[in-house]
Amino acid sequence: MEHSSLAGRIFRGAALTLILLFFMFPIVWIFLMSFQTNEQILRIPPRILFEPTLSNYEALISGQLRTAAGNLQISFMRNLFNSVVLSSAAVLLALLLGVPAAYAFARFKFKLGETIAFTLLSFRFAPPLLVLLPLSLYYQELGLNDTYFGIVWVYQLIALPLILWIVRGYFEDISPDIEHAYRLAGHSWREAFTHIAVPLAGPGIAAAGLLSFIFCWNNFVFALILASADKQPVTVGALAFVTASGIQYGQIAAAIVLSVTPTLLLALYAQRYLVEGLSLGAVKG
Amino acid sequence: MARLEIKSVSKTFGAARPADGLSLAVEPGEIVAVFGPSGSGKTVLLRMIAGMFEPDDGDILVGGRSVIGAPPERRGIGMAFQNFALFPHMTARDNIASGLRAKGGSDVAGRVAAISRLLKIEHVLGHAPRELSNGQKQRTALARALVGNPDVLLLDDPLRNVDAKLRYEMRLELPNLLRRGAAAVLYVTQDYREAMAIADRIAVLIDGRLAQVATPADIYAQPASVAVARLFGDPTINLAEVTPVAEHGALSAVIAGAKMRLGAGDGAAPGPCWLGVRPEDLAISSVSGEDAIPARILAITPMHEKAVLLLRLSDGTEWLAALPPDAPLGAADDAVFVRFAPEAAMLFDRATGLRIGPSHRLKAA
Repeated sequence: MEHSSLAGRIFRGAALTLILLFFMFPIVWIFLMSFQTNEQILRIPPRILFEPTLSNYEALISGQLRTAAGNLQISFMRNLFNSVVLSSAAVLLALLLGVPAAYAFARFKFKLGETIAFTLLSFRFAPPLLVLLPLSLYYQELGLNDTYFGIVWVYQLIALPLILWIVRGYFEDISPDIEHAYRLAGHSWREAFTHIAVPLAGPGIAAAGLLSFIFCWNNFVFALILASADKQPVTVGALAFVTASGIQYGQIAAAIVLSVTPTLLLALYAQRYLVEGLSLGAVKG
Repeated sequence: MARLEIKSVSKTFGAARPADGLSLAVEPGEIVAVFGPSGSGKTVLLRMIAGMFEPDDGDILVGGRSVIGAPPERRGIGMAFQNFALFPHMTARDNIASGLRAKGGSDVAGRVAAISRLLKIEHVLGHAPRELSNGQKQRTALARALVGNPDVLLLDDPLRNVDAKLRYEMRLELPNLLRRGAAAVLYVTQDYREAMAIADRIAVLIDGRLAQVATPADIYAQPASVAVARLFGDPTINLAEVTPVAEHGALSAVIAGAKMRLGAGDGAAPGPCWLGVRPEDLAISSVSGEDAIPARILAITPMHEKAVLLLRLSDGTEWLAALPPDAPLGAADDAVFVRFAPEAAMLFDRATGLRIGPSHRLKAA
């Protein structure tokens, strides 16, 4: 750093701490809540020091929700599993379809190309509720209601445009000459795509994949309407914590911690790829 | 060993026509420079040969076989790009070796080592492109194009992005390097000196048409048109609007009041012309005469190997003269008299821009 006077460093440290506190507080608070009973959480004033309990996690994992009115069956782990399966499958499918499509939109000018690309993007503009009624009718007709495939398919509305448009920009940034050079060296266009275009757009593909994974993971309304209990992801499954005898804050907190974990791990893992390669000196300069 | 033949190739992009009936043949082992101002269609021509896009019309043959419709990887072409286009995620070694590996050649390591030694980049083979200097990048790109011994070598202004010293060195090295594999070489450049230094023949491309294809010496001494004459030479050629008259079988023209004898043409008066005289063919003296154009020196630029004088002729036309630095120059604002030998004058038809008659200057060539 150029200007790192003592005062400057202290100020920067303080500012960073403040920002970190601001953003991390809800997460830390929920993390702490997940180790408390409902009574401890609802105590006034709240306390930082408490006797931690694992009962919330036990309840979630065993599927037995203990409330004042008695035991309830919940399928939280099943929901979590569904979320992982649905989001991963949706993102994989979207990458498989979206990356080649993005390449085509970036490299080739074809009739209606821009129109098609924009139409795909416009799926993101439409409020989901607008399409849900006709969609659920079609799904019933086609027998796609309450199937993993049906939900993965409808998740393409979320994941595909995102991947297409982000990755397209990355492909456009790669000088076509690099691919031309690779082809002149004796490789087919397919090899140029897999060995040059995809690795060079890697950071973009990772970013788009991660973003669309998060959007799919957080989706609520599609799965609520189109799936029944055993196919529902955590976002919908969390409704079960609102019971007749009150809201189970402890379990909700534990559920949040568990459901955030996969995305967080994925983000930490993908972070490397986001940064790596952004500084590659592809062409001159 | 294969001849590259381009037969009346045309290409249109919207309103632009970067290739308009181009025909050119390059023999194995020959270096032809494609020279022209920017936007004249040089790169488009190269890209059509490389197969990045197909011509609308015409044919391209390598070794007698048409390559139209063939994918780039099957054309037997090596190419070096102006922006180097190295594969950024591979080391210099893998960049060079990629073509050999794709063709399943033997002794990849040995051949990469040999070409690297030739281009003096052995010590950076393990580096990624971003760790290389521009000169090393350019040499790596050249090595990659050369290593497979392609039938046809295309070089798209490879010295554009390297510094002046390296450009000079490469101008000396390149002809030998390029002739090594007996490939037919097309060398695109915007620098007429580079074209003259490297090429056996120069193809002058102006607005998608080949204005002239000839040896460097011929192009300089006998440019086919005004446009070609203006592209070669620094300072550029001096021009004057004249209408030559024939007297006793000899041509003469009046320039700024002075009647100058002309060696060009076949003795018959050709009508309205452009008269062209190279700056180095002008002589300056303080002695007036019937055969001298009165002028005034506006500025003198010493350039070590020569001095360039900006002159204003008595009719207001501005001409440049390039003189040896030890010649008596005079000073700015001096009145001087300009002469040139009759055979130094070139005549170009005013309407078509084409040169008229043989020049006596280099009749043998």
